[in-house]
Amino acid sequence: MAATNADRPAAARADEVWKVYGSGEARVVALRGVTAEFGRGRFTAIMGPSGSGKSTLMHCLAGLDTVDRGTVHVGDTEVSKLNDKTLTRLRRDRIGFIFQQFNLLPTLSAKENIRLPLDIAGRKPDPQWWDIVIDTVGLRDRLSHRPSQLSGGQQQRVACARALIGRPDVIFADEPTGNLDSRSGAEVLSFLRASVREHQQTIVMVTHDPVAASYADRVVFLADGQIVDELADPTAETVLDLMKRLDTQAEPVML
Amino acid sequence: MLRATFKSLLARKLRLILSGLAVVLGVMFVAGAFVVTDTLSRSFDTVFASAYSTTDVSVTAEPKVEVSEFEGEQVAAPLPASAVDKIKTLPGVRSATGLVEADGARVIGSDGKVLTSMGPPRLGVAWTGEDDLVTLREGRGPTGADEIAVNATVAEGAGIKVGDRVGVLTLEPKKTFTLVGIYGYSGDRDSLGGVQEVAFTEPVAQKLMLDAPGSYTSVRVQAAGGVTPEALRDRIAPALGAGYVVKTGDQLAEENAADLQEGLAFFGQILLGFAGVALFVGVFLILNTFSIIVAQRTRELALMRALGASSRQVIGSVLVEAVVIGLVAAVLGLAAGVGVGALLAYLFASFGGGGLELAPLAVPATAVISSFVVGVLVTVVAAVLPALRAARIAPVAAMQDVATPDRPLTRISAAGGAVTAAGAAMLGVGLFADTGAELWLILGGVLVSFIGIALLTPLVSRPVVSLLGRLFSWSLPGRLGRLNSGRNPRRTAITAAALMVGIALVTGVTVIMDSAKSSLKAEAARVLKAQIMISGDQNGPRAPTYDPAVVRRAAQIPGVRAAAGLWSDQVVIDGDKQYVNATDDLAALAQTYGTGGSLNALEDDQIAVSVPEAAERGWQVGSTVTVQASRGKERTYTVAATYPEDSLPGRIMLPAAATRDFGVPQPVLGFVRLDDGVPVSAVLPQVKALVADSPEVSATDAAAFVDDQAATFDTLITMIQILLALAILIAVLGVINTLALSVLERTRELGLLRAVGLGRAQTMRMVTVEAVVISVFGALLGVTVGAGMGTAVTRALESDGITELVLPWSRMGTYLVLAALVGVIAAVLPAIRAARLNVLGAIAHD
Repeated sequence: MAATNADRPAAARADEVWKVYGSGEARVVALRGVTAEFGRGRFTAIMGPSGSGKSTLMHCLAGLDTVDRGTVHVGDTEVSKLNDKTLTRLRRDRIGFIFQQFNLLPTLSAKENIRLPLDIAGRKPDPQWWDIVIDTVGLRDRLSHRPSQLSGGQQQRVACARALIGRPDVIFADEPTGNLDSRSGAEVLSFLRASVREHQQTIVMVTHDPVAASYADRVVFLADGQIVDELADPTAETVLDLMKRLDTQAEPVML
Repeated sequence: MLRATFKSLLARKLRLILSGLAVVLGVMFVAGAFVVTDTLSRSFDTVFASAYSTTDVSVTAEPKVEVSEFEGEQVAAPLPASAVDKIKTLPGVRSATGLVEADGARVIGSDGKVLTSMGPPRLGVAWTGEDDLVTLREGRGPTGADEIAVNATVAEGAGIKVGDRVGVLTLEPKKTFTLVGIYGYSGDRDSLGGVQEVAFTEPVAQKLMLDAPGSYTSVRVQAAGGVTPEALRDRIAPALGAGYVVKTGDQLAEENAADLQEGLAFFGQILLGFAGVALFVGVFLILNTFSIIVAQRTRELALMRALGASSRQVIGSVLVEAVVIGLVAAVLGLAAGVGVGALLAYLFASFGGGGLELAPLAVPATAVISSFVVGVLVTVVAAVLPALRAARIAPVAAMQDVATPDRPLTRISAAGGAVTAAGAAMLGVGLFADTGAELWLILGGVLVSFIGIALLTPLVSRPVVSLLGRLFSWSLPGRLGRLNSGRNPRRTAITAAALMVGIALVTGVTVIMDSAKSSLKAEAARVLKAQIMISGDQNGPRAPTYDPAVVRRAAQIPGVRAAAGLWSDQVVIDGDKQYVNATDDLAALAQTYGTGGSLNALEDDQIAVSVPEAAERGWQVGSTVTVQASRGKERTYTVAATYPEDSLPGRIMLPAAATRDFGVPQPVLGFVRLDDGVPVSAVLPQVKALVADSPEVSATDAAAFVDDQAATFDTLITMIQILLALAILIAVLGVINTLALSVLERTRELGLLRAVGLGRAQTMRMVTVEAVVISVFGALLGVTVGAGMGTAVTRALESDGITELVLPWSRMGTYLVLAALVGVIAAVLPAIRAARLNVLGAIAHD
């Protein structure tokens, strides 16, 4: 089943993407012909049980991993065709990342960490946008701190600010709240949602937490390397319901 | 526990190989030193045994002046023919042959140059015919006064063949002979241990080599059947009475071999010294590797502790790892050392000894034992601190994510300060006090200072590294590299300290040598009034000489104000051995050399003495002294004059007549001073023409002469640089190791950086900057410490004539630039590794 969203042009797109790890007995098919579009200015969550291929899909979309068949686009650029140099530039200029943990360089201050992608590219931040980002994440008084002096939630907010500061085409977040307590998690998620709603950013977030998914505009469900369902304007309850349903469905179709 | 140790050993092959390599290189030098000295000494044993194979007993006269191996060739006292006749009459003597055999027969080759020797003597002998040892290969033995035969080494080296007219320098200036024969030795050897030999007829040899007609240097005695050499020796000695040395052939072979072994042992000790430096540096490298391994294994070790392993078991596991590395490195180092030893022996035999037949290669037990002891000991010693550190890891660390933070640097810095002070004190005492153990104090002081400074290094590393890093901070990769190099001050410090040791030693030696060189030049500028010098390059124990007539003729050249020759010898004066000089014309010498005024010529029984020498010996004008030169009788001289130091070369000046008895009775230096306003170019060609027949020397202008003398120091500097390159190489391995480990440790960080868009080239630049900062920091430390130590030594040697202190800025700058280059090279592999990192894998890495 193809997950499409027709009302806006796509920020990222996967067409018939296959990804296979290993060979012979150890062969694992992570993605089986996934086709999906992620609309501009939208907050999309990718959900699914462990091993469903949700992280693999995100890695392929972000150009961190190669695909075996099919194509991946970020905007108009076909990611699957790029070499390391152009891929690096794509990640630097057009993609933002938020990982589950270890998002920051311990040697750099919060401010330097936020500026990192711009510094790598040798660009200056737009002062207005800078102020907006810093104020939204609420880190103004923490900018000179080192990561080791920040709490987990603060560190993750720095990571969000870093992802946003270059105004990328799309931000990929891999379980951004996985290591946080629920309050810090809620702060980070509200901030992500705000950046989409108020500042027209595009976010694709992988999560297994229904509460986290409920912050998104849309949830795509993966199981066994395929998109099995999707949900618009989710709440924690509707997500949970759908997950339960998928679970029971999945039982008899075990391959 | 042991199995866990081995598993973790295998899991970290790369870093163990790198740290093990330091030990391998060190052990290689140790084993190589033993193998080469063993091989060479056995080779020479064979040579001497064979040289004395036809001698049962040898008789020599007691030498006039005993000369040690390091001071030059012994001049044998002449032994009268009557002694030979007397030995012949003794019962048990089958034959007694008087031999003439003295160093200093220098053959002029077909190219007009004197055949040089790198050490073995150039003997002039009296032909005694063929025997079991000597066989003619071509032609016949010399029978006429103008005939010679030479051994095959001389014939080949000089490029001469039977029938050629050949010039030979002896006690007398060049004489020309016809080559009538070429001979070799039993076993088809061209030479005995590289010795060059020219055979004259007996009277010619006695005249030219001994200046004592009818005399010999030794008697070769062969025993009649049934008489042992020992019995014969004990019979001959009392018959001849005092003044003779009687020894069996075996005794002589052993004594000669023992003498030579002393020289070889010295050679071996130099190699061992440099091996020691390399291993000392290796300790830093291993210490660092183990510290990093322990730090990385914190959770693993803590888990073991939590599961019930005692702290002793943890220490044990680290030390077992060290022992295994030490053993493996010792085996590899020994194997490599045998190769290096064989190579050095081969090089020595082909270039140094000129035709030494090498004994078959063998590995002496000392090489094996020392390899293993050194390899294991060095590794274990280096691992002790990290092992103790590992034992301090609390079991709770298994549950925590953060590594145990470094303890504050206060204690280690205090210890470093104390150790440095102790080292400096030792150095000071060694340099300035008269204790009799100066060398050990200085060496120990340097070593202890190095350890102290290494301990202090973490303290300085933070500010210095951050300052150095600012040079590279103009780009983000540069800034990241700088920040990374400042992240772990201990690790950076130890890595840099390892580099410091080599560079400090090189710099120190350079400071001393350059100061000595500059002092020599300043001294020469002060005392040398001659514009033209006659001199030659000395190789071997014997100074190059020329025909004294040259000076007399040079004095006649228009535009020459004065010309004087200088003779030199080691004599016994009032019972003490001392170097003395003599000149043919004291007045001329005073005009060409020195700061003093005019002096009257010395009568044949007069000497002149420098003021300090006279004061030390309590001599005044009118005092009488006895002098025994290398030849002739003891003579009595009257002190005719004292002269201020620096107004004449040397401290004691003998009259021209005394030079006849000198070991080398020809001048070794010549001074020519021109009239004011006469250009050197007007006279130099004429002086050159005069020395054409004395091919050992050449005439040069004084500036070139001084530069030539000073160049010796440059050669020494180069040699030391080459030998210390090993220590620096090991330090570079340390830089590579540290970087490789840092890259590994920061895998996830690198992954993150790559994910947010750091390019491969930028990643490589980041790693390279870190390497360059560490290397330059080490070099900076080394240059600073080396300059300090060099200055201290130079100051201490001020009274010994090193009056100038020269800090070799350009060389020091070169070392810094080289260090930066070394950093770039060391970074290559780790940087490639960092750049090739799989981004996704790196982020997931733990």
